[in-house]
Amino acid sequence: MSSQTAISQGNVPALPNGSAAAAILSAGIGSLALALFTIVADQSATAKNLLSIYKPTGALSGVSTLAILVWFVVWAVLEWCWRGRNLSLKRINTIAFILLVLSLLATFPLLGDLL
Amino acid sequence: MEITTRSLWTLVHGMGFGALYLLACSGSIVLLSLRSTTNAHSTPGGDRVLGIYLTVMAALAWLTVLSGTYIIYPWYRAAPPTGVANLAAFPRSLLLSKPATRQWHLIGMEWKEHVAWLVPIAITMAAFIAIKYARDLKHSPALRSALCGFVGTSLFAAGVAGFFGAMLDKNAPVDGGQTIRLVQGE
Repeated sequence: MSSQTAISQGNVPALPNGSAAAAILSAGIGSLALALFTIVADQSATAKNLLSIYKPTGALSGVSTLAILVWFVVWAVLEWCWRGRNLSLKRINTIAFILLVLSLLATFPLLGDLL
Repeated sequence: MEITTRSLWTLVHGMGFGALYLLACSGSIVLLSLRSTTNAHSTPGGDRVLGIYLTVMAALAWLTVLSGTYIIYPWYRAAPPTGVANLAAFPRSLLLSKPATRQWHLIGMEWKEHVAWLVPIAITMAAFIAIKYARDLKHSPALRSALCGFVGTSLFAAGVAGFFGAMLDKNAPVDGGQTIRLVQGE
């Protein structure tokens, strides 16, 4: 049994953590995409208009839809690249968490206006 | 005793899906901490509980943001026709019309409407990992810390959205539509 699969309980081998890494990092990138689209829609009237894909909801419809699309596409690409591999989860966790905290801060209107 | 359809939807969105999500967050943190502290061997049934729990939370998060964005928010931000003096049916305009309430929209709603969307992203990822790596979670501190970090952040984001949702509804309630009579008066 290789060292990659040795960490397990009983006889059940541990799965390679590539899929988890893909899910974690893509969630961080998707969150940041949401914050960036929010800032762009807030700063530019043209972007705001373009992002209003459902008029009653305004730019929020485009901001959220595009961010979810970015998240899913990045997740799919990373999953395809990292499936079956073992990566340094600690580093990926740190990057993803930094992206998530940046997103929280950037969606705050007073801070978002400064960017 | 009556309620309007718009009030009913705000109740379903905030007190139903949203509040249930916030309550469920504490349970998920307990379940996650149990995965790291329980000494007993995990069972397939026990391994699945966290995954199922987080999947239900993800469903609640999606229902909350979708109902908020596509059902309630259009009523909130509807523009009043020119010349309308009573802005009660137009919460956004009502808040912006008074200096004392302006910031509830400019800070509260502007943050709430965006930060809430971080919640389904974070919790869907957590549910995926809890299901796929159900048996490995106990032995992987890195996976558990990722789940704790994202669930904790989703709790904060949902808390911000819930707080401002309650305060906005207090200052300028989304009301109107058909009246539903719950109990017939004497």
